Parts: sequence; structure tokens; C-alpha cells
Amino acid sequence: MSYQVDENGFYGPYGGSFVPEVLFPNVAELAENYQDIMADPDFQNELKRLLHRYAGRETPLYPSPYLSGLYGASILLKREDLCHSGSHKINNTLGQVLLAKRLGKKRIVAETGAGSHGVATAMACALLKMPCSVYMGEVDMVRQFPNVERMRLLGAEVIPAVSGSKTLKDATNEAFRHWINNPEDTYYVIGSVVGPHPYPDMVARFQSVISCELLGQVPELTGKQLPDYVVACVGGGSNAAGSFYHFLDHPAVRLIAAEAAGKGLHSGFSAAATFLGKEGILHGTKTKFMQTIEGQVLEAHSISAGLDYPGIGPLHAYLHDTGRAEFVAVTDDEAMDAGIALSKNEGIIPAIESAHALAALAQLRLKSKDVVVVCLSGRGDKDLETYIQYSTSQKSES
Amino acid sequence: MSMLHENRLSEIFRSSRKKLSIYLTAGYPKLQDTVPLLEILQNSEIDFVEIGIPFSDSIMDGPVILHSHQVALENGMTIDLLFDQLAEIRDYISIPIVLMGSMNPVYQYGFEKFCRQCGKIGIDGLLLPDLPLIEFKRHYSTFYRQNNLASVFMISPQTSEERLAQIDEATEGFLYAVSSSSTTGASNKMEDSQSYFEQLQIRNFRNPVVVGFNIKTKEDISFVNQYVDGVIVGSAFVQILEGGFDQERIVEFIAGLKGCQ
Repeated sequence: MSYQVDENGFYGPYGGSFVPEVLFPNVAELAENYQDIMADPDFQNELKRLLHRYAGRETPLYPSPYLSGLYGASILLKREDLCHSGSHKINNTLGQVLLAKRLGKKRIVAETGAGSHGVATAMACALLKMPCSVYMGEVDMVRQFPNVERMRLLGAEVIPAVSGSKTLKDATNEAFRHWINNPEDTYYVIGSVVGPHPYPDMVARFQSVISCELLGQVPELTGKQLPDYVVACVGGGSNAAGSFYHFLDHPAVRLIAAEAAGKGLHSGFSAAATFLGKEGILHGTKTKFMQTIEGQVLEAHSISAGLDYPGIGPLHAYLHDTGRAEFVAVTDDEAMDAGIALSKNEGIIPAIESAHALAALAQLRLKSKDVVVVCLSGRGDKDLETYIQYSTSQKSES
Repeated sequence: MSMLHENRLSEIFRSSRKKLSIYLTAGYPKLQDTVPLLEILQNSEIDFVEIGIPFSDSIMDGPVILHSHQVALENGMTIDLLFDQLAEIRDYISIPIVLMGSMNPVYQYGFEKFCRQCGKIGIDGLLLPDLPLIEFKRHYSTFYRQNNLASVFMISPQTSEERLAQIDEATEGFLYAVSSSSTTGASNKMEDSQSYFEQLQIRNFRNPVVVGFNIKTKEDISFVNQYVDGVIVGSAFVQILEGGFDQERIVEFIAGLKGCQ
């Protein structure tokens, strides 16, 4: 079975390019050119140089004594939190902004939820001298205000998305609308493995630097050729796609995707798209997302703004249906507790998104010989306020 | 594969008179306003009507139509309800009706069932801006044909020559040309798109061409009609409903649009 996108942009029944005619030429231009540009040695060298010298790759694979002791297996943390910008998002934005320049585009537009992708896009644009506009839901602008200020300091224009639920899905809608209104000179840097073909495949390829490094790091540290598990959180699913990529065709490697169950899977405040969603068409792609019977998109909820998206990328929908990846649901509280525990016991404050992947470990039946890689996709500095509020409320309850 | 549908749409385009079409959102401003609006539009001698099916996340639309979708959904509008409202309309509404909307609500309803309902009621055309041509041909064109639904597609100033030919071939009824690359209700001037309209005029399309997006005044209409077969007014019409259903105001607005025809 192949987990690569087919020539029409589909992963099994999922994917494709469901965009209005105004965007068709842009998306088609990208689909026709992205593979050639990404395969060009000059492009590869330039990207490799920036990822190394500018973004700080390769990132360490760190064996966590605390987690290994807790679960009785070898738990290794892939430290994407140590990337410049504070998360894995920079892997993709450097790639796409370089690619936009190759296509002769003059301006960049992006969407952001927690702000990680927005910050990483603003950094790539500052570095590569491209004007940058970032749409961010009005609600997210409040809860992730330091990232708004960061983007502005980096020279980006931050535009509040005021439609709908005023979160990531609406910021994505607004970025699409911006692109429709500026189709000729603007390039849309999508931050996850979502959107019309070729975005899901292109973003997965840019993020696949994560699993590519793991191919060398795992044997070096453990003596095993392959890990037994790779665990990552899934909002749209970019760090998961990048962590899984080179292991997709190794069925012995179990791929675990941690989705945000919010206040509980059936609480009405959740973002677990594979559990609660069904197939439909959103943001230019056919995938699974949470919706009403009538096909209206439901608002997602997660304590982590980065996972607060009602859908998942089409690759993940396909990995779910084929059983290639196992999806687990992690609540707000489980993630917060896992994040606080890692901070206290290992001196690493994880992003709340990544804390979902840490909490998922508790749902696996690990054996002592198991080698488990957890993608620590981002650092928790941006989440300080949420951590403080949560700790305070826990103390007052006890 | 010329399979011209003989329905109300093809019939009105047999005359060379310029067409004026109005877009309204189903269930807006109030849930039960859909049919009364159709009656006013027919009485005002509008040539055909587009009824928008509201969607929570339409990326094609600007603030005015987005707001109408949101209100319509809050009012409780659904496809089932719309079909109920339209069930008997062919007893008294004879102008062609095109349904328009984002793909997902139709997909969830069931594409085939949706087309069958349209056929039963007497809907004349269907326009789903995010339905790709390739998907239409592969999976859905049969359902249109079986139910005598004209397949309306959009073209834009960005559409290549090669693709214009493909779209023209797959289209029945009329080609919906967007006046410029924008979401609905933007403020682009029609004069800025003159060279595009000229290209549309000299191209020998199989289908009539109707221009929509950002047409607000009778001046816009008479300018655009120099080049194409008609126009669609959407956001400007939806905007006059914002204060509520006011028959006098609607009639006056339409009269204002038709003034120079």
C-alpha cells in the first residue's frame, strides 16, 4: 500500500483540490512545479544551509530519563522545540518562502492559530525579504498575544480574522479570501498538511526532515534500526506527518497520533477530528472534520490553540482509515498534567500541543525493550499564561 | 458533447435581450423570506434568480454575503428546509432558478439525492464554485443530466485559454464570469476589467456569458452589458435586505438597476 499522494492529489479517497476557479491557476502552477523545485540541487542546498545555520538543525534526539522511568521503556524526545522560532514550523516556512521566490511571487500571506506558524512565516519572510501578512483569529490574538507582538516586531502585518468562530479555521478562510483577491503576485504559505493539493504533500515533505534525521539518530542511540513507536500530536497534522514520513512504509513502526479531546471527547468542547468528524470538503480538500449533519463546520475546542482546528489533513484521514496510524484522544487536563510533569522532572517546558503527544504515552502498553520517539514539536514559552492559570486552579481545587 | 438542456434557462437565453439576475441567500433575512423574495423578483421582471445555500465557511464570499449566510444558519436554514419551501413554487414562479453554494452541504446531503430533489422541484441550474471540473466529470455530471440541471461553472480573468475551452464544454446554461479576481462584494470598478470583458466578447463561447461579482449600479450594468449577455447582482441586493424585508425598498432597488436597460 502506498501512502504517497497520487497524481491527482489524493490519498485514497481523501485530498484533491476543491478550490474556486479564481484560485485554480495558482494551485495548478504550484502542483506543476513544486516537485521539480524541491528536487533541484541548488534549492536543496540553500534550504539545507538555512535549516542548519539559521534554524539550528539537526535537532537533538534526547533520551528522557524521567519518561523512560515512568513508562519502563526507552522514551526519546525529538527536540523540535529547540528549532529557531520555537517549533517545527520553521522547517516548512523556510521551504515554502524559498519556493515562493522561485515561482517569482512578491508577497506572502499566511494563517496562524497559536501563532507558531505565523511567527515562523514572519521570520522566513524577514530573512528572505518578502512582505508578509498573517491572518489570526481575533480570539487567538487575545490568548496568544506575545506571538502577535513577535510577528509585528519581525515586520509582518497581523490581520484579525473576525468571521465565524474567530479562530484558526476562520483565519484560514480569510487567508484564502486574501489569496482570491490577490492571485497574481501573492503566495499562500499554509502551515499544516491541509488545503488543496499540493499543500498536504508539499508540507509533509518539508517537515519530513524530522523523520529523516530520526533514521540516523535512532540507531546511533539505541542500536535498533527503527523505533517501535513514533508519537506526535495532530491538529492539522504537520509535525505528525513529518515525524511519520520516513516510517510510513515500515509497518513494524507503530505510528501514534494524539488528538485534542478538549474537555472530553463527548463534552461538546473537543477537537478530535477522527473520533468526531466525518468526510467532507473544507479548505480546498476532502478530509475528515467535525461538522453538523447538514455539513456546517463545527467549532473545535482545545486548550492548545495550535490543535484548535476541526479537521485533519487528508494524509492523516487516510492513515486513520487504513489503520496505518493509531489515533488516541487526549484531554486538556491530561495534556496540561503531562506538560507540567515534564517541566518539573526534566527541565523542559513543552508547548501544550506537544504535551498531548506526551500524555498519549499513558495509553500505550509499552514493553521494556520498546524504543519510543515522541515529537516534542514546540516549546511552551508561548503557553506560560495557560500553564500558570491551570496550576493555580489545580491548587485552589486541592 | 453538446447536450444542451431544454429548460427554463436555455429558453430565456434564446432571446438576445440582456439578462438581469439577482442573488439571494436562502433563509435571509428571515427564515421564511425565500419564497416571498422570489415572488417580488418575478414581479419585478428579473430574468432569473440564484438562491445561495448558506455555509459556515464559504471562502468565495466577502463580508456582506458571509453575514447573510451566518444569519440564515442562525435562522435555522438547511437544504431540507429550502427544498420544503420551494416544493410548490413551480405553481406560481416561472423564472429560472439556479442554486448556488459551497460543495460540503450538498455533499453531506448526498449529491445524487440533491440533484433528484432539484429535478423534482424544477430547479434549472446548479453552481458549486468549489466543485472542480475534474470531479464533476468523474462523479457528478450524470446526476445533473438525469435531472435536467444545467451545470453552471465560473471563469475568471485568471482562467487560461485551454481551460476556458474545457469549462465552456462542460457548462450548460451560462458561463458565470467573475468581474475581477475577488471575493463577492469587493469594490473593484467595472471599467478596470474592460479589457477582460472585451476578450470575453470576442471569444466564441458555446454558452452565453453572464458577469457577476461587484456589480452594484445601473451604470455598472450598462457598462458590462456592452460586452456580455447579462449580469448578476448579489452583495448589493443582499445589503438592502440587511435592515429586514422591505418590499417597497426592494422594488425601488430593482427599478433603479433596470433604469437604463
